[in-house]
Amino acid sequence: MTSTIDAPHTLSARELAAVRADFPLLERTLRDGQALVYLDSGATSQKPDVVLDAEQDFYLQRNAAVHRGAHQLAEEATEAFEDARARVARFVGVDDDEIVWTTNATAAINLVAYAISNATLGRGGEAARRFALAPGDEIVVTEAEHHANLVPWQELAARTGAVLRWVGVDDDGRVRVDQLDEVVTARTRVIAFTHASNVTGAITPVAPFVAKARDVGAITVLDACQSVPHLPVDLHDLGVDFAAFSGHKMFGPTGVGALYGRRELLAAMPPVTTGGSMVEVVTMEQTTYAPPPQRFEAGTQMVSQAVAMGAAATYLSDIGMAAIAEHEQHLARLLLDAVASVPGVRVIGPTDTADRLATVSFVVDGVHAHDVGQVLDDAGVAVRVGHHCAQPLHRRFGVAATARATAAVYTTDEEIEAFREALSGVRAFFGLEAPATGSASDEGAA
Amino acid sequence: MTSSMEQLYQQVILDHAKHPHGRGLGTSGVGVLSGESHQVNPTCGDEVTLQVDVDDAGVVRDVRWEGQGCSISQASVSVLHDLVVDRSVSDAGELGATFRALMQTKGAGLGDEAAEDALGDANAFTGVGKFSARVKCALLGWVALNDALIKTGAPTGAAVKEDA
Repeated sequence: MTSTIDAPHTLSARELAAVRADFPLLERTLRDGQALVYLDSGATSQKPDVVLDAEQDFYLQRNAAVHRGAHQLAEEATEAFEDARARVARFVGVDDDEIVWTTNATAAINLVAYAISNATLGRGGEAARRFALAPGDEIVVTEAEHHANLVPWQELAARTGAVLRWVGVDDDGRVRVDQLDEVVTARTRVIAFTHASNVTGAITPVAPFVAKARDVGAITVLDACQSVPHLPVDLHDLGVDFAAFSGHKMFGPTGVGALYGRRELLAAMPPVTTGGSMVEVVTMEQTTYAPPPQRFEAGTQMVSQAVAMGAAATYLSDIGMAAIAEHEQHLARLLLDAVASVPGVRVIGPTDTADRLATVSFVVDGVHAHDVGQVLDDAGVAVRVGHHCAQPLHRRFGVAATARATAAVYTTDEEIEAFREALSGVRAFFGLEAPATGSASDEGAA
Repeated sequence: MTSSMEQLYQQVILDHAKHPHGRGLGTSGVGVLSGESHQVNPTCGDEVTLQVDVDDAGVVRDVRWEGQGCSISQASVSVLHDLVVDRSVSDAGELGATFRALMQTKGAGLGDEAAEDALGDANAFTGVGKFSARVKCALLGWVALNDALIKTGAPTGAAVKEDA
């Protein structure tokens, strides 16, 4: 798609076809000439031409080391790198210098956790004292977290003597906002939570978390990996202190992600990875550090990927995030209806489309998720199977694994119908009879 | 359904998955060396806990297991149970090595009649080799057996070696 679509509006069939044509991989066939039905965008999205071209164009036309060198190529490379930062910043409603490049979202969250560790050790001087944790201080997460927004906080707690606490999820997979008053206390220093679950698709109401954090003087860290590619996200409006998201889930390449940090917090935060490119003055005895974001970007950066992530942000903005969100609401409805139409299959997560993504995890009674995925794959339908890096959430629902279908703006109604058709054959393939009613049943379960 | 799917989910596998053999943990007999191993497939959460009893003569007296996971992983442990009980520890190790080799043939099979005879029902897993993501499912029980045999402290012979 080359022309800018005015947002917000509903995407027409023609516009959707144009979007789809931007993604060459979607046209490939699988074994036995099967058409690909890609419903695994929650794991990683496919990439439009403009993103691939941006990365190639950087190498073909502008490749040079950034932020050093006085030659023209170096200037152009630096401009491309910083222009990408500006595009990503605009995309999530923040200022350029509040975006730090990281290798992925996991690295972004770890960056914050290790910066807090370093502050706790006294690094970063007086300014960084606000981040320091004392034994007995509390870090709050939710039961819905991806391991990337859980394990770094467990580790931070172990290093500092802080205590990890968490907010649960209800039977629909929605975060128990009502538990905030009980779980968050005067000792809470960090509240880390997902904007949207990569398993249930439920969108977390951010405002009560931010309000509660402000009440007790805690910092907020938002895992925005799943929300940023699918919803209009304005991090300044949301009022969070930090947010992490990855390039590869928002039509950008792998190997690049971003950390948003509120300007005054980044300025006060000690560095984590140290070395070249992040310094001011280095003597044999000591070093002073560059201001953010460079302070957190030691070593040669993933410049071409950053440029391509910038192109992805522009691509999404050109379609319009409001239009994308509206279209994906429709896809969520179709996915939920598809799963509901097949006897013996139940959704793990909300079954209504309010405040949820087109991310639908489900269990087929009597058939392990891996086997479900295999049968769907045989029909060309690509879904994710397993615990989706959210073991505690699966444990909460008493299952070890689920299958998960996730849509993106390029997903078609026909693809969801192909998914429904393939899903309807799963239980029969494993010799399980369809239950008499449409409700979940363990009849015939092995 | 494509032919590779039919090859993957052979009736033998579906039957073992539905009616697994040797399932249920317990305590070992007196005068028997026991070993236990818990293995997890971290990508999908498949799990197996396997107990093995070996007598003074180096014969596998019993294999008991408990687990959860896909039909491939669960059927594979069930078939393993049938294959190694009453066999020597070194035979069991050799069977494990042969099965691992089978998994590396990308569905082509070992082309070795003696090996195929030895593997019996486990030949049904030949098609799993075509699906690289599923090979670790089929191997989960065998990895647990290997580890559990080592933990019995029984002389294992050269055949029991981790080469997968």
